[in-house]
Amino acid sequence: MLSIKNLHASIEGNEILRGIDLEVKAGEVHAIMGPNGSGKSTLASVLAGREEYEITDGEVTFKGEDLLELAPEERAREGVFLAFQYPVEIPGVSSTNFLRTAVNQVREHRGLDPLDAVKFLTMMKEKMKLVEIDQKLLSRALNEGFSGGEKKRNEIFQMAMLEPTLSILDETDSGLDIDALRIVSNGVNQLKSKDNATIVVTHYQRLLDYIVPDFVHVLYKGKIVKSGTKELALELEEKGYDWIKADVEQAAV
Amino acid sequence: MSTLLDTHPLDLILDQSHDDFQEVRAVGREAFAKQGLPSAKAEEYKFTNLTKRLAQTFDSFELAAAFDVSEEQVKNAIFKGFDGHILVFTNGSLNQALSSEITGVEVTSLSGASAALGSIAKPEKDPFAAFNQATFKNGIQISIAKNTQVEQPILVLNFIDSTKGNLIQPRVWVEAGDFAEATFIEQQINLSDKEYFLNEVKEIKGGRNSHIHWYRVQNEGKTSISMSNIETDIQQDGTFTSVNLSLSGLMVRNNLNLNLLGSNSEGNMYGLYLTNGKTHVDNHTNVDHTIPHAESNELYKGILTDNSRGVFNGKIFVRQDAQKTNAFQQNNNILLSENAIVNTKPQLEIWADDVKCSHGCTTGQLDEEALFYLQARGIGKEKARGLLLYAFAGEVLENIKDDAFRSYCITLIQERLGTNF
Repeated sequence: MLSIKNLHASIEGNEILRGIDLEVKAGEVHAIMGPNGSGKSTLASVLAGREEYEITDGEVTFKGEDLLELAPEERAREGVFLAFQYPVEIPGVSSTNFLRTAVNQVREHRGLDPLDAVKFLTMMKEKMKLVEIDQKLLSRALNEGFSGGEKKRNEIFQMAMLEPTLSILDETDSGLDIDALRIVSNGVNQLKSKDNATIVVTHYQRLLDYIVPDFVHVLYKGKIVKSGTKELALELEEKGYDWIKADVEQAAV
Repeated sequence: MSTLLDTHPLDLILDQSHDDFQEVRAVGREAFAKQGLPSAKAEEYKFTNLTKRLAQTFDSFELAAAFDVSEEQVKNAIFKGFDGHILVFTNGSLNQALSSEITGVEVTSLSGASAALGSIAKPEKDPFAAFNQATFKNGIQISIAKNTQVEQPILVLNFIDSTKGNLIQPRVWVEAGDFAEATFIEQQINLSDKEYFLNEVKEIKGGRNSHIHWYRVQNEGKTSISMSNIETDIQQDGTFTSVNLSLSGLMVRNNLNLNLLGSNSEGNMYGLYLTNGKTHVDNHTNVDHTIPHAESNELYKGILTDNSRGVFNGKIFVRQDAQKTNAFQQNNNILLSENAIVNTKPQLEIWADDVKCSHGCTTGQLDEEALFYLQARGIGKEKARGLLLYAFAGEVLENIKDDAFRSYCITLIQERLGTNF
């Protein structure tokens, strides 16, 4: 589904990604871990199409298409979803209107008729249950005055509404208490199917107790330096990142 | 650059010397002679050099005459969904035949008895108000009788034909009796592309517990200059609310002055300016808190692109006696191009010590992070921009109580944000 080859990306002349290779197939869950500043969020941003990053080398194909050629909205319509690390507050734009516009633009792209108000509300009610989000929140302006946990839940709610094929969760667990974490993970797990894939970017192993990955990759200095199964995450939790750093430095010598 | 305005106003006044307003005109003439046209350094006009613009635009002035409009033209000028009364003006003069009879409201030409002219919008405070007072052509008086609640809005249609004269000087005196209520919606229809100078003065005298809403869409001719002085006295328990939407014109200057004269009175000033091309819009507001327990609210927002310029100058004056004043002011701007300019100047002058006052202003670009967020959800860039700009502007329109007019304004700004921006 997603194939990343030798991806290099920089921002303002600083190279952040220095040759990423990653294959993600339908039905899989990949976790990307790594110390602060290793390039995890950059990878997520580049995949979603954030414009301030410059791709200096490499390629990314999504369902056989060149992903890097597409505008952010085209990627979203093709089925890429980024759950933001810091969801943006947008005063004056109602959550409901925003979602309806988004859902219908995505549907149009997929050759489906737009949802009328009744069908949209029915769908919304159904998906709201997934993340236990309160309808009151959705009658407010988008993310405005939401708590950290509410914002993250809203991200997963939007994911449920847009039904992506590739979901990228960028530090969705950061700042969540255990109850919120459970709700968010539960939502993600229910949305998982054999036809879609998930990339979980996280700093902590804790999230992976709830969203169990098929593969774990460690990102360090803009490269994937180690890949393994969920046991790797446990090892990282126990030993920290220092041993990986040491391995990398040694290999360089 | 010497201009005819420097020398000719007096000639114009002489033309009018036969009418009933000699004393009023004499006061205006004197005030104008004392002030002269504002120089480039005049504090109140330093960002808006009207004098220069007038000199560049006009070689001579001719007072605009009234003209005929058809019922068809009036019908076509009414926005969709409007349900209410209609007043028709041509170049500032009333067309009685095409205007509605409104129970409890009298609309007449000003008569010589109107010695009160200039007692609210004092000619010594602004040279253009003085100029109007010295030389206006036809004055209008609108009186709302005591206890009259005009339930439906009153649509004021100003037809402008600059081929009938390029100097249009409406002069309006509005008097609301105690407990009177009315909503006015003012719109302008330009019948010619020829440049004009519109210099209006409106004085609004509110009664006790009277409630006046004044809404206006300013779509001035692209090559035209518009100067407006609106001043209102608000008495005890009374409210006055202004919502002003500026969409076009070469140079537009609005002076809006609210005098809170009785306790528990309230003044609200809301404005939106969407400018493009070379349009220059300047909103100068002043609210004078003279007594305790009064409130004022103000929100002006601007979206500017191309080489356009916006000016906001908001003054809140709280006198020593005006304890327990609540006064709020906000001005926010979005610049969509490198060459658009905003000058914003909040002024708070507070002499009382037990008040709640706040002000704030911001000027920035469209929030790129918000734009990306919307795009990342599948919303196209243009649509996302439109959504964000509309969300920004929409806050001002929420203050319009008439549903049909609010919908009309929403259509107007959506058209603007969708096409020109």
